[in-house]
Amino acid sequence: MDRTGLPALAQRLRRELFASRTDGLITLVLLGALVALGGGFLRWALVQAQWAVVQANSTLFAVGRYPLDQQWRLWLLTTLLAAATGLSWGLLRGRSWPRNDTIAAVLLVALAVAAPLFLQLTLAIQARWWWITALLLALRWGAGRWGDRLPAAWRRLWPLLWPLLYLVGMVLISGGLGLMPVRPSDWGGLLLTLVQSSFAILLCFPLGVALALGRRSELPLLRWGSVIYIEFIRGAPLITLLFLGQNILGFLLPGGLAPDRVWRAAWVLTFFAAAYVAEAVRSGLAAVPRGQMEAARALGLPVPQALIHVVLPQALRVALPATVGQFITLLQDTTLLSLIGLLDLLGVARTVMANPAFLGKNAEVYLLLAVLFWCCCAALGLGSRALETRLNPNPLSAARA
Amino acid sequence: MLLANCAEPWNSAMAWRRPLAATLPLLTALALVGCASDGGSGIQSQRLSAISGRGKLICGVDGRLPGFSFVNPDGSYSGLDVDICKATAAAVLGDAKQVDFRDLNSTERFAALASGEIDLLSRNTTATLSRDAPGGNALSFAPTVFYDGQGVMTPKASGIKTLKDLAGKPICVESGTTTELNLADRMREIKAPYTPLRFQTGDQTYAAYLQGRCVAVTSDRSQLAGKRTSFPDPAAHTLLPEVLSKEPLSPATVNADPAWADAVRWIIHGLMQAEELGITQANVDAKVAEAKANTNLADLRRFLGVEGDFGKQLGLPANFVVLALKAVGNYGEIFERNVGAGSMLKLERGLNRQWNQGGLIYAPPFR
Repeated sequence: MDRTGLPALAQRLRRELFASRTDGLITLVLLGALVALGGGFLRWALVQAQWAVVQANSTLFAVGRYPLDQQWRLWLLTTLLAAATGLSWGLLRGRSWPRNDTIAAVLLVALAVAAPLFLQLTLAIQARWWWITALLLALRWGAGRWGDRLPAAWRRLWPLLWPLLYLVGMVLISGGLGLMPVRPSDWGGLLLTLVQSSFAILLCFPLGVALALGRRSELPLLRWGSVIYIEFIRGAPLITLLFLGQNILGFLLPGGLAPDRVWRAAWVLTFFAAAYVAEAVRSGLAAVPRGQMEAARALGLPVPQALIHVVLPQALRVALPATVGQFITLLQDTTLLSLIGLLDLLGVARTVMANPAFLGKNAEVYLLLAVLFWCCCAALGLGSRALETRLNPNPLSAARA
Repeated sequence: MLLANCAEPWNSAMAWRRPLAATLPLLTALALVGCASDGGSGIQSQRLSAISGRGKLICGVDGRLPGFSFVNPDGSYSGLDVDICKATAAAVLGDAKQVDFRDLNSTERFAALASGEIDLLSRNTTATLSRDAPGGNALSFAPTVFYDGQGVMTPKASGIKTLKDLAGKPICVESGTTTELNLADRMREIKAPYTPLRFQTGDQTYAAYLQGRCVAVTSDRSQLAGKRTSFPDPAAHTLLPEVLSKEPLSPATVNADPAWADAVRWIIHGLMQAEELGITQANVDAKVAEAKANTNLADLRRFLGVEGDFGKQLGLPANFVVLALKAVGNYGEIFERNVGAGSMLKLERGLNRQWNQGGLIYAPPFR
């Protein structure tokens, strides 16, 4: 029976959720379960949970045991990152503000106001977060409005800002060049997790591409070397490789020559992820028809150029989703570092939960970790999807996908 | 026998280093033997000179154990194991802050010590024969700093005072652990049949105990005390006086450097002796002044390094005990602050009392 008096939304709900008696029953049961679960969670989060463990240890979770008097360097780095994000965002979008951008801006402002308030940071530190967010949004607006006035050469070069910023960031974090050195063993929390995963992600990609090409090479030494490496790494669990790196290197190299254990772990992560990235890239290479290479060679391109300009761009585009999946796994794998005694996010969490003052506050701490990891992984996923859209030579099919 | 490696000229060892794999056994031997190449001074400890050289003590801790080692919100380490590291750093280097803490898990702790990555392992390690023996882990154990052992916790309201009172009652245990076996053995010994309620994980075990499904729960005493702090009403639960197993938790160094092991041993003995003599962090300066003023107090003067050469014999500063006491206080103070009455764990001293008060803490004479 058609009830024309009902508004469109109610009609739609009726059609999709209460079409028959069974449908209605299923909807009601599921709704009841959702309300019970959600209500229980909210009651716990707002009434029972004692968030003091997060509030008191927020610095530990963020940067671990990084020396207090050197933390200004991390603030500076955060500011630079925010500025670079704002600039890139503005230059990418120009004057337009799509709906997604508005949502992102509102979310950022809400986060900058709510998170420091929830963590009960001092007013001075709250103000820093407000300032950093304001800078990001102001640069987004400014770069979008006036970005097109920049010389074209500059606009083409701005992506180089990011590798440059990465180097500056590493110097700011570790010291040197006139800054007081801060040893890697003092890095911790989110800082260590991000340093480890970004280092491994950046290095494992070129290494993985090289291994994939090596595996398809016609030179036996190169091919078998790559095959043995990839199969060896893929045949061993990451945790055993991490233990190998931590425990055996100390015996192999005389005291002091072995790199710091934080860097050992970073290299192990890199070498581990490279083998998996290599397989993802190889699947991309296999998807490029042979004719592409043959055509490039027929046009007189030498093999390296044919690879760089013709084959790899197509192969990497195909391999992108699998590769990003590997990066996300890598980010989550950094939690294994807590098992080898490093104070990454999980390591810090476990030592915080061992503080007699916060015993038994596991649920609060693990929830915080889940939220932080979800944010990082979601950011990686969103970034990769944006990249896929941009790299797609046929935007119409992308819109449909 | 391994010391024969030291007799070889150092240069030949350098030449061999090129092919890395070939030098592995030699380098390992060198690291394990820790032979001092300069035979000039009386103290033959490569480790001790390495620590002085770098100005830092590298101390392996657990880092995640309530009361023994954990990180404070400000990033500093605290706990009983941590205080042993601090005392050692103070005694060797004169500054308790010069410690690099390494968080180690239970599998890598011995490798970290053997490879020379850490100077001292202060990580709730139970001293056992196979860990001590040269054919085993080849560790050298310092005096036990915490006599742990399996204990039993009951609600105060239950009126249970000893293990015998548990006859015929249900007891919660984690299945497949040595604690389960120890409990069964002891209860059979005292002829008190009971009903074991077995659970897969620690969390399930304590949850069942709190729901009242059993009147007692068993585990290591320090762990029971730690769990108790997270109960809704910690004061309503008590640990029975009986201890079902021996877990002497001791700091450790490598066997191969006896001089360094002796230094650590006597620093810890110093902390224990100080408690026996009533010397605390607060009154140590007054005691030193008293010892300096009164030449009749020969024992005290030697202990505090006012006279004699105990420090020199160990390769430590003459007043190493004073330095350690100023940093962390005597053994009793360390215990009370981290796991005893002054802490959240509220553990009884029990076996960790001084020998003259019925405990096992016993420092040999400083003579």
